[in-house]
Amino acid sequence: MAEPVIVIAPATKPPRVPSQLRGLLAEQKVLFGGGFILLLVVIATLAPLIAPKDPLEQDLMLGSLPPAWLDGAEPGYYLGTDDLGRDILSRLIYGSRIALLVAFASASLAALIGTVLGLLAGWYGGWTDRIISRIVDIWMAFPPVLLSILLVAVFGSGVHSVIAAIVIIDWTRFCRVVRAETLAQAQLDYITAARTVGFPRFRILTREIFPNIVPVLIALVSLEMGIAVVVEAILSFVGLSVSSDTPTWGGMIAQGRQLIHHAWWLLVAPLIALFATVLAFNQLGGGLRRALDPVLKR
Amino acid sequence: MTENLLTVANLSAVSDREDGVPVLRDVDLTLRPGEVRGLVGESGAGKSTIAKAILGILPRTVRITGGRIDFKGRDLLVMKPRDLRNIMGSEIALIPQDPQTALNPARRIGFQLADGLRLKRGMSAKIAEARALQLLADVQIRDPDRIMKSYPHQLSGGMRQRVLIAAAFAVDPQLVVADEPTTALDVTVQKEILRLIRRMQEAHGTGVLFVTHDLGIVAQICDSVTLLYAGKVIEEGPVRDVLETPQHNYTKALIAAGPRYDRPDAGLEPVPEAVFRELRQEIGID
Amino acid sequence: MDEHLLTATGIEVTYGKRPGLFGGKPATPVLHGVDIRIGRGQTVGIVGESGSGKTTLGRALLRLVDVSAGSIAFDGKNITHIPEAEIRPLRRRMQMIFQDPMASLNPRHTIRRILTGPLLLHELASDTASALERVKTVLDRVSLPAACLDRYPHELSGGQRQRIGIARAVLMQPDFVLADEIVSGLDVSTQAQALKLLKGLSRELGLAMAFISHDLSVIRAICDYVYVLRLGRIVEEGPCEQVFGNPAAAYTRALLDAIPLPEYDPGWLERKSEA
Repeated sequence: MAEPVIVIAPATKPPRVPSQLRGLLAEQKVLFGGGFILLLVVIATLAPLIAPKDPLEQDLMLGSLPPAWLDGAEPGYYLGTDDLGRDILSRLIYGSRIALLVAFASASLAALIGTVLGLLAGWYGGWTDRIISRIVDIWMAFPPVLLSILLVAVFGSGVHSVIAAIVIIDWTRFCRVVRAETLAQAQLDYITAARTVGFPRFRILTREIFPNIVPVLIALVSLEMGIAVVVEAILSFVGLSVSSDTPTWGGMIAQGRQLIHHAWWLLVAPLIALFATVLAFNQLGGGLRRALDPVLKR
Repeated sequence: MTENLLTVANLSAVSDREDGVPVLRDVDLTLRPGEVRGLVGESGAGKSTIAKAILGILPRTVRITGGRIDFKGRDLLVMKPRDLRNIMGSEIALIPQDPQTALNPARRIGFQLADGLRLKRGMSAKIAEARALQLLADVQIRDPDRIMKSYPHQLSGGMRQRVLIAAAFAVDPQLVVADEPTTALDVTVQKEILRLIRRMQEAHGTGVLFVTHDLGIVAQICDSVTLLYAGKVIEEGPVRDVLETPQHNYTKALIAAGPRYDRPDAGLEPVPEAVFRELRQEIGID
Repeated sequence: MDEHLLTATGIEVTYGKRPGLFGGKPATPVLHGVDIRIGRGQTVGIVGESGSGKTTLGRALLRLVDVSAGSIAFDGKNITHIPEAEIRPLRRRMQMIFQDPMASLNPRHTIRRILTGPLLLHELASDTASALERVKTVLDRVSLPAACLDRYPHELSGGQRQRIGIARAVLMQPDFVLADEIVSGLDVSTQAQALKLLKGLSRELGLAMAFISHDLSVIRAICDYVYVLRLGRIVEEGPCEQVFGNPAAAYTRALLDAIPLPEYDPGWLERKSEA
C-alpha cells in the first residue's frame, strides 16, 4: 500500500496543563474578572491585617467625614466615615467577607444540587426527567425575590439562612441548563460510540458527558456568584441578612440611602464595590466559558 | 478590449488567521460570456476563496495581497463600494451552497423574490410580483402560486434551491457564481438542479463559475475547468481535454481516486504520496 | 445454526410516539418491515437517499434504537428485546464507525484514553501497558503515528480522525462493523485511503460489515452485496455485479443515472430516467 505521509500538526504546546492555563490567561475577561475576584479574596481573608480601622469602632466626634480628597476630610479615613463615625473603607473590606462567603457557598451548593438532578433528568429521561422537570417548572413559577425574603423570614436572619435561601431558589437555574446540555451531548455520536463499546450507562454519564458540561457549569457558577452577591445585598438592604453590627455592602447601602443628601459617599462606596464585584464575576464566567471550550477556541 | 467577461489575474491572498499562509497563489482564470467554468479542488484548495473574492465577501481573516479581478474590463478589487453594490446582485449573482440558510425563514418566498427585483430593478410591487411568478415557472416549479405564498421551511431542499436559482437569474445577470449548489442535495435532485442551471444559463447567455469538489459534476455541466491545489492552479482547459488527456499527475491521480459505480475496482487508489510531493515542490511549500 | 452472522426480519421502527392525555403525539414510521441478512466476512452495502431510513436501520441492527416490530438475530442469538445489560457483552463483537469523526470522539478525552478505555473495559488487555501496545499496533496499521496518542480529537485532521474511528472499532476484535456514511465528509483522495484501508481490514480480520451510504459509487468500491432502500422499504437487493450491471428496480436505475461520472458525455444532462 502506498504509505500516506502522516502529518500530525506539531505539538505547539507539549505540556497540557500549563497550556490550558496559558489559554485561560490569554482570555482578557478571565484575566480582569479573575484578577479582581482573586484580589477580593485576598482582601477578605486578610481583612484584619489590611483594614485601617476597626469597622465597628464608633466615634461620634468623627461622624460623616467625607473621603480623603474632599474638604473636611480627616487623615486615616480614606473613604470617610458614616454617621456613627465608623470607617467606610474598613467596613467595605469586612463587608467583602460576607459577600464572598455567600457567593461561593450558595453558588457551589446550588450548582451541586442542580447539576446532579439535571444530569439525571437529561440522561435517564422517562419518569426521572418528568418528575424533576415538573418540580423545576413549579419552582420557577415563584417570584424569586419574594420567595427569598419569605424563606429568610421563616429560617430567621443570618448568613446561613441567606445561603440556604439562594440555594433553594437558584438550583433550578443549574438544573435546567445542565439538563438541556446533557440532552444535547447525548445526541452526539461520541455518546453512541461509548454505548457501542458497551460502557455502562452511569459511567457514560460521569466520564463522557460530565466533562463536556464542565465549561458551561463553571461559567454558570461564576454568573451565579454575581447573582448571589446581589441577593445578599438585597436581603441586607431590607435587614434580613446578618445582624446589623456585622458590616455588609447591602447594609451599608441601606444606611447610605437615608443620608444620601447629607453624605452621598455612604451610598456610592458600597454601590461601586457591589457593581465591580458582580461585573468581575460575569466577565470571569463569560471568559471561562470561551477559554475552556476546546472546539470553540479554534 | 478583452472579450472575457471575467479575468482573474495573478490573484494572491493570505490567511491572517494562520500566520500569513498563502491561500491563493497567483491564480489566473478567465470566463467568456455564456461559458460555464468549473472551479474544482479538494478542501483547502482555495476554490471558495476565489468565489468569495469575486463576490467581495471574503472573511476578514483573508487578505488579498496582489492581482486583479476584472469584470467587463473593470477591476472589482479597486472599485468603490457604491459601484460594487450596484454590480452585486444585479450583474453578478450567487447561487449559494446551503439552501437552508440562504432564505429568510420569516418571509414568504414571493416577498423575497419580488423584494430583490424592486431593489435592483426598480420595479413596482405589482410588476415585481408578476415577474417573480414567471421566474418560478421558469425554474419548473409546478405550482408557483402556492410556492409564492409559502415559507422556506415548507419547501424541500431541492425546491428551495430552485427558488434560489430563480432569484439568481431574476436580475438577468451576466455572471453567476454557483458555490457548491448541490452538495446538500440527494443525487436525483442534484441532477435536476444541474440540468436547470444549465438550461437557465443557456437561455440567458450567462457566464457561470461553478465551484465544486466533484469532477463528475464538472464533466457533466461545465465547458471548461480550473483545477486548484493549495491555492495554485494545477491544470486548466476545456473539460473534455482535461478529463481525457490530463497533463498533470495530480489530475490523473484525482480522476483515478474517485469511485465509480460502473467499475468495481475504482475508488480504492489514493493519490500517491509521490504526487503530493511533486505538487508541494512545484508550488514551493516546505 | 444460521449461516448468517446478522439476520434482521421484518424490522419496523417508529419515531416520536409520545403518550399524552389526548392520545399523545402520533408516531412516524421510518422503516416498514425491512429484511436484511449479513453473512460472516461479507460486506453489505445499504444505499438510500435522505429519508430512506438507512441510518435508522443501521442503528436498529446494533440495538441503538428500539424496533417496534420484527426481530434481529446476531450469531444465532435473538437480540431484539434482550435488556441493555445482556447486550453489553455482545457490544464488543458489533462495532460502529461514524459519519462525523469529530462528533464521535469525546472532545475532552485524549486519543490514548479513547482507544485504551474500551480494551480495558472488555478485558482485551490485562493492563494499561499491554492495552497501549495493542493500540500502537493498530495505529500503525491505520497509518497513524504513536505521536497522536496524546492529542485531542480537534488537533487531528478529518482523515486522521476518521482513521481513529476505524482503529477504535477494529481494536475490539469485532465480528461485525457498521459503517455509517463514513466517507461522505472526506475529500476524494482521503476517501480512497479510508475505503482501501477498510476493505483491507475487513479481508484480513474476516469482518462482516454493513456499509451505509448515499453514494452508489462508494458502495460499488467496497461491497459484495447491496440493499437499495427507499422510504423505509427495500426496493432491490442482490450481489453488486447484478444490481449495478443490470438493475431491476426503476428506482435503482434512476439513482445510477443521476450519478455524474467524470467523463465526457454530452447527452447525460438531458437524459431522463423513467422513475
